[in-house]
Amino acid sequence: MRTKIGIGAALATSALLLTACSGGGDSTTSESASSSPSASASASETSEAIDATGQTLTIWVDENRQPAVEAAAATFEEETGATVELVQKNFEDIRADFLAQVPTGEGPDITIGAHDWLGALIEGGVVNTVDLGDNADMFSQVAVDAMTYDGQLYGMPYSTEAIALIQNTDLVGSDAPATWDDMIQMGVDSGADRPFCINTNGETGDGYTAYPLQMSFGAPVFVQEGGSYTSEVGMGGDAGDAFAQFLYDNGEKGTGYISTTIDYDTNNQLFNSGECAFTIQGPWALGSYTDVNFTVNPVPSAGGEDASPFVGVQGFYVSSQSENALLANIFLSDYIATPDAMQALYDADPRLPAFEGVDTASAPYPDAIAGFQASAEMGVPMPSIPEMGSVWDFWNAAESAIIKGSDPTETWDKMITDLTAALEG
Amino acid sequence: MSTETEAPAPPSESHARRWSGIGWGFIVKLALMMLVNAVGLAIIMAAWGIEQWTILWVSVGLLVVANWVYFARRTLPLKYIFPGLVFLLVFQVFVMGYTAYVATTNYGAGHNVNMQQAVDAALIQDERQVEGSPSYPLAVVRDGDTLGFAVAIDGVVQVGTEEQPLAPVDGATADGSGMPTEVPGWEIVSVNELLGDQALAQEVTDIRVPVSDNADDGSLRTRNASTASIYKSTLVWDEEATTLTNTETGVVYTPNEYGTFVGDDGSKLTVGFYVNIGLENFTKAVTDENYAGPLLKVTAWTFAFAFLTVASSFLLGLFFALVFNDDRVRGKKVLRTLFILPYAFPAFMSALLWRGMLNAEFGVVNQWFFFGADINWLGDPWLARFAVLFVNLWLSYPYWFLVCTGALQSLPSETTEAAKIDGAGKWRMFRSITFPLLMVSTAPLAIASFAFNFNNFTIIYMLTNGGPRFTDASVPLGSTDLLISAIYQISGIAGGRADYGLASALSVVVFVVVGIVSAIAFRQTKKLEEIQ
Repeated sequence: MRTKIGIGAALATSALLLTACSGGGDSTTSESASSSPSASASASETSEAIDATGQTLTIWVDENRQPAVEAAAATFEEETGATVELVQKNFEDIRADFLAQVPTGEGPDITIGAHDWLGALIEGGVVNTVDLGDNADMFSQVAVDAMTYDGQLYGMPYSTEAIALIQNTDLVGSDAPATWDDMIQMGVDSGADRPFCINTNGETGDGYTAYPLQMSFGAPVFVQEGGSYTSEVGMGGDAGDAFAQFLYDNGEKGTGYISTTIDYDTNNQLFNSGECAFTIQGPWALGSYTDVNFTVNPVPSAGGEDASPFVGVQGFYVSSQSENALLANIFLSDYIATPDAMQALYDADPRLPAFEGVDTASAPYPDAIAGFQASAEMGVPMPSIPEMGSVWDFWNAAESAIIKGSDPTETWDKMITDLTAALEG
Repeated sequence: MSTETEAPAPPSESHARRWSGIGWGFIVKLALMMLVNAVGLAIIMAAWGIEQWTILWVSVGLLVVANWVYFARRTLPLKYIFPGLVFLLVFQVFVMGYTAYVATTNYGAGHNVNMQQAVDAALIQDERQVEGSPSYPLAVVRDGDTLGFAVAIDGVVQVGTEEQPLAPVDGATADGSGMPTEVPGWEIVSVNELLGDQALAQEVTDIRVPVSDNADDGSLRTRNASTASIYKSTLVWDEEATTLTNTETGVVYTPNEYGTFVGDDGSKLTVGFYVNIGLENFTKAVTDENYAGPLLKVTAWTFAFAFLTVASSFLLGLFFALVFNDDRVRGKKVLRTLFILPYAFPAFMSALLWRGMLNAEFGVVNQWFFFGADINWLGDPWLARFAVLFVNLWLSYPYWFLVCTGALQSLPSETTEAAKIDGAGKWRMFRSITFPLLMVSTAPLAIASFAFNFNNFTIIYMLTNGGPRFTDASVPLGSTDLLISAIYQISGIAGGRADYGLASALSVVVFVVVGIVSAIAFRQTKKLEEIQ
């Protein structure tokens, strides 16, 4: 397939460009564009064929998960004769590209994705419902719930993730602090330059990383009713204002523990150099902490209630316009939802598994995984309603402004007003 | 193509048509045109394969014209212009036309697909598994062209089709798991066979076999051709009336002029489709009170940014060019090479580096040059604007240094000597001779640079990402956002709610603005040329 694309691209650049443009999209169009003629050609083969030879299943994956899916795909190819074409994409690009490409018929049959895209994908009419197959009972209920929207299951989950408190054991020991004040005290006593640091994504603000602290004030981003989110903004009112005040008090005009000068890389560097005793991060950052000894605990409460992080779930979505729906479903239920495949997925990209029986001892940081698991257990699913897409910009910007010293109540309340208006409009 | 000079040919006969000698000219042309035709045919066949008729017909047209142009005798000028025209058509006109088309639609979040796809999606979302429905081992069966499902319910094998509800079949057997193994009158289609036949496989996933005569009991449906469960739909699509009806509540959903299905009780379906909304996107950009104010500010800053960047980098580049053009400067070559460095380094990397260096707490700019002061370069609206201008100056003055050095060296020395003899001072010579002559060759480049910086997405995205956010606005735009980065933000590619229609409308506006500014500016430069 690849060489074919290469030749085609070299010979017919302008035609591919035209196809790409008419697809309303981008470079990936050419990949699937050139795969469809072969797929439709083989469809006309005689029905005497005894296997799926000639059928092509296109799957979008990101760099981290490509090796894992590759393993499952190899078994599938061997047993069915079908071809699996893995298209590697940036994880951040997949959401917008999937929305844009599926309606043009150039999208994949299956894509990897995060559960919080679900609302947008449903609103865009690009996902199909799925079955978990024979092993349905082995999926973790939280993960399945996250992939469920309005009572329907739209994705096959395979991993969950949540952020947690990471502490430098050489500085503050491995005991989990109970409250924010305890943690700061432990940090100050340790003599570290900074008792605590947190990524605010620089000037942009990062509501995701600060969410456990916000939740400890009882200010969820959307009001939850019976486990699922409504589109009513829940972080306004006194609880939200209290959190805003907390941000201000610990911001640049207050204690300075939270600062907009810290982005992801700076944060990791500060923690890894031992300048910082505590930080809040996800399992993906552990690889950066090579120079310090650390342990992972749930985030301490700042406002009295549970500091629940967002739990994110990753899984597989099937395109609503897939011409290979049967093949795609068989691939998922028989070749992904198996203990072996799930183990392979875990080994290739260790994230908290959403499937029972996956052996996590092989992970680089087995103890840390337990800490993240504990944090995830008290977490709340990240809202997957389409309205969530509008939230980030307003929310992050307001937090950033407050940390920099804007009037907390005023800024926070204005954000709530603007956000509510944007959701209605 | 025709560099041979040997035989004196009649002047009217071109090398490429001539048959005298071995006729190399014609053969080369023939070979090249064969290649062009082969490529063209490949494109046409590819377009046929994926059923893209517009591309097919445009390619056919272009190919026919290409053959006519290069084989006809009277099309000499076109022979030169045609390739350029094709590229213009494909890379410019088409893209602009498509953007203009999208600008007239409401394509974006919630209006992502066409009507048929929206209906498909609504039906998918509506079809639910009947609560407590077990999953039955399933055998797909067929009788001629009719596909059916065979399942064993309570040990009795039943077969049904789309029209015929499930009914027991005599003499049918099932294995221990309940999977029917033999059904008299029906041929069992193996999963393998289904997998090898895409059309058949799609049919299997599409059919619903009613469980009984009563539609409320639901129908069997399979996703993997080996198990089936009972599902129920409440929505029914009426293609002629283009309405979706909920059979349970009786609500009729009719599409409104924005491509949303609205029920007669006022409720809406989640998924909508894109429709043509005329010029509404254009009016929204100026009349919507949420957008109008911030966009006006963004526009003003865009003009200021583009103008100040060009002016400052031109002047600085010119200054260094003048200095290093002086004969007394030693090691000119080395110094000039060093000057090029910021220009040679990828702009986005430089912007990222500067972002780090300008960090208020950890950045070297504050630590080294401001005694560790806490100056928030990227967090204060005016400082951030200044920082963007400064970094862009750093990035682009080497370009002007290069251009001006070249232009200075090509200035005629007679005029300067004549001025010297007339007793003109250095400043006078620069003002009346060097500068005007320099402007003749650099003004068009300045206009191009203005147009480039008007759309300079990279520096904004990498350095400030548009921030700091407007505190008095209700849309997520910021103090250093240029129109182009505002469009990116609005388009929702970054993860927010997408509104491609509005983003395209703004793109068209930007295109028109840049076009007008460039046209006016080019007219002005004509006057400069009169100096010579």
